[in-house]
Amino acid sequence: MNIDLQAREITPLRNTYDHVARHIGGDKVASRYQEATFGAQPMVNFHYRPTWDPGHELFDAGRSKIVLADWYVLKDPRQFYYATWTMTRAKQQDAMESNFQFVEQRGMLSMMSDALRDKTLEILMPLRHAAWGANMNNASICAYGFGTAFTAPAMFHAMDNLGVAQYLTRLGLAMGDAQTLDEGKQRWLEAPAWQGLRRLVEDSFVVQDPFELFVAQNLLIDGLLYPLVYGAFVDDHVALQGGTAVAMLTNFMPEWHDESARWIDAVVKAAATESEANRALLREWSRHWVDRAQAALAPIARLALGDQGEAVLNEAREQLQTRLDKAGLKA
Amino acid sequence: MSDVFIAFQANEESRPVIDAIVADNPHAVLSHPTGLVKVNAPNALTIRRETIEGLIGRSFDLQQIHVNLVTISGYIDEDDDQLTLSWKH
Amino acid sequence: MDTRVTSKKLGLKERYAAMTRGLGWETTYQPMDKVFPYDKYEGIKIHDWDKWQDPFRLTMEAYWKYQGEKEKKLYAVIEAFAQNNGQLGVTDARYINALKIFIQGVTPLEYYAHRGFAHVGRQFTGEGARVAAQMQSVDELRHYQTETHAISHYNKHFNGMHHSNHWFDRVWYLSVPKSFFEDACTGGPFEFLTAVSFSFEYVLTNLLFVPFMSGAANNGDMSTVTFGFSAQSDESRHMTLGIECIKFLLEQDPDNVPIVQRWIDKWFWRGYRLLSIVAMMQDYMLPKRVMSWKEAWEMYAEESGGALFKDLARYGIREPAGWKQACEGKAHISHQTWNAFYNYNAAAPIHTWVPSDEELNWLSEKYPESFDQYYRPRLEHFREQQQAGNRFYSKTLPMLCNTCQIPMIFTEEGDASQICYRESDYKAYKYHFCSDHCKSIFDHEPEKYVQSWLPVHQVYQGNCFKPGTDPTAEGFDPLMAVLDFYEMNVGRDNFDFEGSEDQKNFAAWKGDTK
Repeated sequence: MNIDLQAREITPLRNTYDHVARHIGGDKVASRYQEATFGAQPMVNFHYRPTWDPGHELFDAGRSKIVLADWYVLKDPRQFYYATWTMTRAKQQDAMESNFQFVEQRGMLSMMSDALRDKTLEILMPLRHAAWGANMNNASICAYGFGTAFTAPAMFHAMDNLGVAQYLTRLGLAMGDAQTLDEGKQRWLEAPAWQGLRRLVEDSFVVQDPFELFVAQNLLIDGLLYPLVYGAFVDDHVALQGGTAVAMLTNFMPEWHDESARWIDAVVKAAATESEANRALLREWSRHWVDRAQAALAPIARLALGDQGEAVLNEAREQLQTRLDKAGLKA
Repeated sequence: MSDVFIAFQANEESRPVIDAIVADNPHAVLSHPTGLVKVNAPNALTIRRETIEGLIGRSFDLQQIHVNLVTISGYIDEDDDQLTLSWKH
Repeated sequence: MDTRVTSKKLGLKERYAAMTRGLGWETTYQPMDKVFPYDKYEGIKIHDWDKWQDPFRLTMEAYWKYQGEKEKKLYAVIEAFAQNNGQLGVTDARYINALKIFIQGVTPLEYYAHRGFAHVGRQFTGEGARVAAQMQSVDELRHYQTETHAISHYNKHFNGMHHSNHWFDRVWYLSVPKSFFEDACTGGPFEFLTAVSFSFEYVLTNLLFVPFMSGAANNGDMSTVTFGFSAQSDESRHMTLGIECIKFLLEQDPDNVPIVQRWIDKWFWRGYRLLSIVAMMQDYMLPKRVMSWKEAWEMYAEESGGALFKDLARYGIREPAGWKQACEGKAHISHQTWNAFYNYNAAAPIHTWVPSDEELNWLSEKYPESFDQYYRPRLEHFREQQQAGNRFYSKTLPMLCNTCQIPMIFTEEGDASQICYRESDYKAYKYHFCSDHCKSIFDHEPEKYVQSWLPVHQVYQGNCFKPGTDPTAEGFDPLMAVLDFYEMNVGRDNFDFEGSEDQKNFAAWKGDTK
């Protein structure tokens, strides 16, 4: 039976679906990412206007001021579809689980000085809520954005942000208890140093343009926040003072930030490349949100790193500007 | 009184879970639709982590049942040690 | 994942609360009503989101771990299936038409669900509900992608699948599922949850899952069976979201009860109508049959649904308004739907055929009250015509129901010789319906349903031709022009199974292996 099958060729009639082929230059063998992404979103002939937004169709490119001839140019260089995303994250989760066990079995957290412990919690616990805000914003981008290439990874990013919030929660419970989390929430709600960031996050909640929201949250706010907190504060400060455990228990965050930066930068670059109008819009958004983000993070930088805070934040901004320049947004 | 039920893919991994359910729920009845193992019980059934761990000789996280779970019927109550399906409010 | 060292401090429920609802806060710099603008306009009253019980308290860590494991196993099977030309294992190439129905009409709904749950996953003020909705959003994307990948191999070897998404937005029968889900997505967040999580993912889910999956299992389609089992564990989580949300809404305020009842009535009926195509698939497209649609309905709707609505009676909820009529229809709808597709097979990218004598006898046995009286004579007549060289295809267009968008093929309750026609006048126009319940859905929200993009109307208005088409030209054939607009491969995707490329290829591939 097998010999017969090998002797006879079964020639396929085609390589892939037409709605995929038209995005990859014809009927060629398509990758799983391509089949999972291209042509997935219904485009025309919608039956009813959303009762919650009658000014637009259910899926409507007009929700954004960004104009693209084809929203499928916003490809994800990581080529994540659900399977590769979950399998990648599962590996990372496994490593983090090992880190938690390593740290807990050796009591590494209790070896930290009280001052360092308190400072760590002071900075990291309120950030649970910033990550939660990023989760909300990315769910919004997925719901109201246009084209599966853009919206699907946004939902992955939303869940990743929830993962970040939960790792911080786990850290708080490992270093303290439920009250530790409550104190962090109180700071988020009331401590003066945090109100700039909370106000920024709440203002982001009412941004209607999904692309502007993408740029504001994923590129600009997180583009400053992550290098500041996980690069400068955790790695360069806390770890060096006896808090290596904290670096281990937050390792997911900088790793994930760097990985997703490739996606974020590619999307911005593709949109900027399309037209001068897009570029101008992206530059305007960048200027506005980076200024706000830097102002909001300044008191937190000071809280975390004292006198060095301002310089560190400036450096983070310069590096972010380099990212923006590479994406075609050089002023 | 209505039955609750839970069904798993019939494979190596679900076997100890099924065995634990049968051990802890004397009124449970098994059936084997294609590729599945289905457990019916009047009113309620409980899955206990400890029973499963006793059968497999190592630690077990109850949430692991998600990998082979196919369908359920009934209201769920779960914590670290047990998962109960029931129709009572 | 063993977190028992920390869990000494907090149990699963408390830890999960810290991991979800503890993350949210009442905004002050922007008013809550601006941050969450859509959670009041439906009239649903929520007094205490803390009463929301999170079923299956999965953290993202657990989600990634277990879903990652499932994907590894599923894709190993999908790969093996492709490598071994698993499509040769199906009983008969007619079975593939069930997969065509699936990829054309069901897979796009997964995508809508993904986007719809992203929307409610942002809009509910309750954090626990948002997290559950967001997990469902990525689950549904998973289903869209795994179905697309699993069926990709079939698409390489058979017709009728290659342009499924394009057809979904245009072809006449696919506006049935398209309008169904768009109706849900364009409703408010609480209606969406009642429509999808409760009515579809809880009440009616087995009527979608069981016919396709047992059909696959009995006809040698291991790829679909594996996908089905893998997706079902996601569905368990979705079902529990459905039952939790309905309990929550009904317990929050008695004023919610009539609103929810109306949604249950509407969505049961729209779901029931949507399932006609599944009924047809189950009774006609599976070469190896096990259960009839009527039997599936009795098991999964009448028995399970009966128990459910008895349980909900304590809230003041009764069974859906269309329940009795749907139960009466179990002996008819599969046959009526097959009849329509058989007639309109020139315009549908699937194959149809007259069942064999053995199959006709099975149908007689399963439907003693209806088949021999109403449906066998038609099928035998079709066979006679075909054998005489007159296999006909309707080239005119049927009237569609304005709500469910199915052609007017359904009959009066208690009299299967009478097509059921209902109508409503609204503003300047008359609207047509297949039933009292579709009419009632329209009458409650006419401003919504007058927007429907009815494929038949659109064809007659000239909106279903490619740019540059000239209807006044010599020899203009409107059907062919529409099929061109649909981008169907005429003679390959459509017409009878007899003589089709699918039939010839499958016979050639299988021929040498014996």
